[in-house]
Amino acid sequence: MNAEGRAAPAVAPVFRMRGVTKVYTMGEVEVRALDGVDLDLYAGEFVVLLGASGSGKSTLLNILGGLDVPTGGDVWYLDHQLSGAEDETLTRYRREHVGFVFQFYNLIPSLTAAENVALVTDIAVQPMAPEAALGVVGLGDRINHFPAQLSGGEQQRVAIARAIAKRPDVLLCDEPTGALDFATGKMVLEALERVNRELGTTTVVITHNAAIARMADRVIHISSGRLVGVESNAVKAAPGDLSW
Amino acid sequence: MVRLPALDRKLLRDMWRMRGHLVAVALVAACGTATFVTMRGAYEALVHARADYYLRYRFAEVFAYAKRAPRTVVPRIAAIPGVAAVEDRIVHEVTVDVPGFGEPVTARLVSVPDVGRPALNDLHLRSGRYLAPRSTDEVLVGESFARAHRLKPGARLAAVINGRWQRLRVVGIANSPEHVYVIGGAGIFPDDKRYGVLWMGRKALEAALDMEDGFNSVTLRLAPGADEKGVIRRLDVLLASYGAIGAHARDEQISHQMLDGEVQQDRVTGLVVPAIFLAVAAFLVHNVLMRLIVLQRAQIGVLKAFGYTDRAVAAHYLKLAIATALAGSALGVALGAWLGAGLADVYQRFFHMPSLEFRLSIENVLGATAVCVAAALSGALPAARRALALPPAEAMRPEPPPRFMPLVVERLGYVQLLSPATRMLLRNVERRPLRAVLSVLAIALACALLVVGRFGLDALEETVRVQFREGRRDDVRVGFYEPRGPQVKNDLAALPGVTYAEAFRVVPARVRLGHRSKRTAVFGLPAAAELHRVVDIRMHEIVVPPTGAVISAGLARVLAARPGSVITLEILAGARHVREVPVAAIVEEPIGLYVYMDERALARVLGEGLQYTDAYLRVDPRRLHELYGELKRLPTVAGVTLREATLRSFLDTIAENFLISTTILIGFACALAAGVVYNGARIALSEHAATLATLRILGLTRREVSRILLGEQALLTAVAVPLGLVIGYGICAWLVVLVATEIYRLPLVVTARTYLYASGLVAAAAAASGAVVAWRVRRLDLVAVLKIRE
Ligand SMILES: Nc1ncnc2c1ncn2[C@@H]1O[C@H](COP(=O)(O)OP(=O)(O)OP(=O)(O)O)[C@@H](O)[C@H]1O
Ligand SMILES: [Mg+2]
Repeated sequence: MNAEGRAAPAVAPVFRMRGVTKVYTMGEVEVRALDGVDLDLYAGEFVVLLGASGSGKSTLLNILGGLDVPTGGDVWYLDHQLSGAEDETLTRYRREHVGFVFQFYNLIPSLTAAENVALVTDIAVQPMAPEAALGVVGLGDRINHFPAQLSGGEQQRVAIARAIAKRPDVLLCDEPTGALDFATGKMVLEALERVNRELGTTTVVITHNAAIARMADRVIHISSGRLVGVESNAVKAAPGDLSW
Repeated sequence: MVRLPALDRKLLRDMWRMRGHLVAVALVAACGTATFVTMRGAYEALVHARADYYLRYRFAEVFAYAKRAPRTVVPRIAAIPGVAAVEDRIVHEVTVDVPGFGEPVTARLVSVPDVGRPALNDLHLRSGRYLAPRSTDEVLVGESFARAHRLKPGARLAAVINGRWQRLRVVGIANSPEHVYVIGGAGIFPDDKRYGVLWMGRKALEAALDMEDGFNSVTLRLAPGADEKGVIRRLDVLLASYGAIGAHARDEQISHQMLDGEVQQDRVTGLVVPAIFLAVAAFLVHNVLMRLIVLQRAQIGVLKAFGYTDRAVAAHYLKLAIATALAGSALGVALGAWLGAGLADVYQRFFHMPSLEFRLSIENVLGATAVCVAAALSGALPAARRALALPPAEAMRPEPPPRFMPLVVERLGYVQLLSPATRMLLRNVERRPLRAVLSVLAIALACALLVVGRFGLDALEETVRVQFREGRRDDVRVGFYEPRGPQVKNDLAALPGVTYAEAFRVVPARVRLGHRSKRTAVFGLPAAAELHRVVDIRMHEIVVPPTGAVISAGLARVLAARPGSVITLEILAGARHVREVPVAAIVEEPIGLYVYMDERALARVLGEGLQYTDAYLRVDPRRLHELYGELKRLPTVAGVTLREATLRSFLDTIAENFLISTTILIGFACALAAGVVYNGARIALSEHAATLATLRILGLTRREVSRILLGEQALLTAVAVPLGLVIGYGICAWLVVLVATEIYRLPLVVTARTYLYASGLVAAAAAASGAVVAWRVRRLDLVAVLKIRE
């Protein structure tokens, strides 16, 4: 049933995906990474994407973030059509609206924490001060450290600060705790939750960790490129209460 | 079918993937090989052609000129110990009338035996036939002159010989080892239209000049191991009473000097220029391999883990360098052979020698290839050693993350001034200081090459400006056979069109100071000379004092003379007085080793009244042709030189040749700069691909990311260009010393135009190759970068 993604009908969605497919052709073989996805996401939502490895989560997130374009179907961010858009359009979209957090942090090794954040705030319209963004993730005292001088969790929190410093409309996180231990992972989740709550940023988090799903407004299950279930949490758990 | 070992197939695929880098390296290597092949080939061609020509056509080793000596002296000359062969002859300069060419032409008439060939300085017949025995009006014409006037056998000329018009019939076109490079007596520059060599039968010339049973020139060939200086001394003694002006060896023979200068220059260029290119190629090979080994760290670990020996792994990477070098040298040899053939064509215009042709010798090809491969290996070996040093277990782990430090400037507290992108760029440069320094040096060398390439033209133009435009203001120079009294000025001033005449005296002399001596010419100039001024390199006029002498800086260097030194003048004409004269001043002139004196002071030295051998005329341009006609008929006039015409024809020829060599140089220097920048940018792209992709993900545009990528190269180029200009100037200064001969010293002048041209071209080459790399930013895979752990 295709309309599963649609909920909370009264509000207009931020993202609208209709019949989205992504096909990778490798010689003879066709891989359908996404296979007819219909999905709406709403302002201020905290959404968790769950699914097995290879199910198409990253592909979906990359399309939402304007890093990739679908092979078929339509993707809308408000009134911007992302499907079939030119590289320039997608760049502008990412620059103005999206914040990313990745599993492997992707910090610039030759820049300090503050500079990694400044890199983004320099091109943003109404950014926070880099120091403030680092303060939000609890790293106010490490602003002049280079990535190589920070732990994995600290690096990931710098990445979050970098993502939120420009006050993005959406925050897209691909396995942000994948490379972290339990305690550090929790700190990262707290940072995400705080941003979502205080700034009202629409947040999508990919994870393999079903426990994290408890802090979401909605949990979307994906399997073999299809949406297979959506559940809403009546009560969101605080990150501090999670355990895995 | 032979199956390539898997490791070699990996090599081929690696090379295909890195083709951009490798093509850049190969191009730089090709430039090095090409210059090696061209200059080495040109050197070999000149040396072989010269040796062959000199030997087969019996080029003399000692040359002497007198006024008139009886042929009875010849056996006594032959009897001088060490003399192997003697050829006496008559040499006489005349004014020639070439039909259809209005300007006066000076020709050097050289006698050849009536029967048989000259014993020395034999002629190489290019077309037509040799003189018929005892012919009276037949002449052979030098190739350069024949070509300039399109003279063919059968053409007719007329000359005023000894005051009588004589009709001459061209029967053949010829060359002589004595005139490989043809240059006029009064001129310093070749002018094939206005100066030529003619060969004529001995009897006919004797009759025309009243020289029966006499000679005025003798040339000698020496026995192996003969004492050249001793022979010259004895010859001078024998000829002293016949008005000799002092014998000299080949090293003072102008054609030989010019040819030798070119040979030496080819030798130096053939070493220095290829060395620069190959050193840069080695550096590029090193960078490419270092990067490849970092990228393939894990692969190296796996290979070693599966039992490939260190040798096999190292050989694998060395093969890549060797294959690139071989491709580059193959291209370079082909290019070099092509350029060499072109250079030989240019040489044939200046140096008239049979068998002067570019040949691609097997030694040259093998030498060039070997040098190219050796250069590549010298860059590859340190990189390969790094691959060897990796223990397999460690190799399979990813390289530890690079550690960055705050910049020096940041530590000094200027941090706020820099944007994050700039800091990123500067830290990258700071992290690999050696690589940055070498890149800067390589780009700087490209810039320096361009400066040096243009410097030749600058220096030449400066020479002409100082010495032949500021220092000489005549329209026409006239030389007399015999010194003339002061009335000659009035005679000349009365000629049609002459508005002002200034006569002067030139006498041959040997100048001595202590144990050093030099044969040269002494000029006696009128006080406040207007047309012949002594001007130094800074355009200051040096006033010739009423007593004492002003000498060229070149002569001062030869004699180790200083102002105040007292030099001895041994006059080689007239009563051959020997006099001591103080040096009043030294004039820094680009060309020549002259002594300038006031005309009265010189007359006192000579023990004569005022006498003149030459005159400068200022002429109303509208009446030039009328004047030419008069001058050709004057029996007292031995030669007429048109300063501007000669300068212009010379500068045109030179400019044409410079255009060729400059074009080649531009190509090579740009290839060098572009190769370095392209490689640097490609390696930066490879090293920072993840960073750049991340920046794109964060919303930076392609243009912004390209700017960050190329910023490093732009910075290096910006540092390199001024450095290159300085290095270029330094090389020019060095060249001035290196190629300075006794008579010629390049003025060290590099024009702003040259600096602009060098920096502009290097910047353009760098920008173009940067743009090519920037194009690749388009292909950065934004999604893939998220899957790799750095
Ligand atoms: N560039 C590509 N070329 C070919 N196939 C690809 C490519 N990228 C992804 N795929 C395929 O698309 C499918 C979905 O991949 P995706 O990365 O979205 O999975 P995922 O759900 O994020 O998995 P994981 O949890 O392991 O990260 C997989 O089968 C993968 O093999
Ligand atoms: Mg994924």
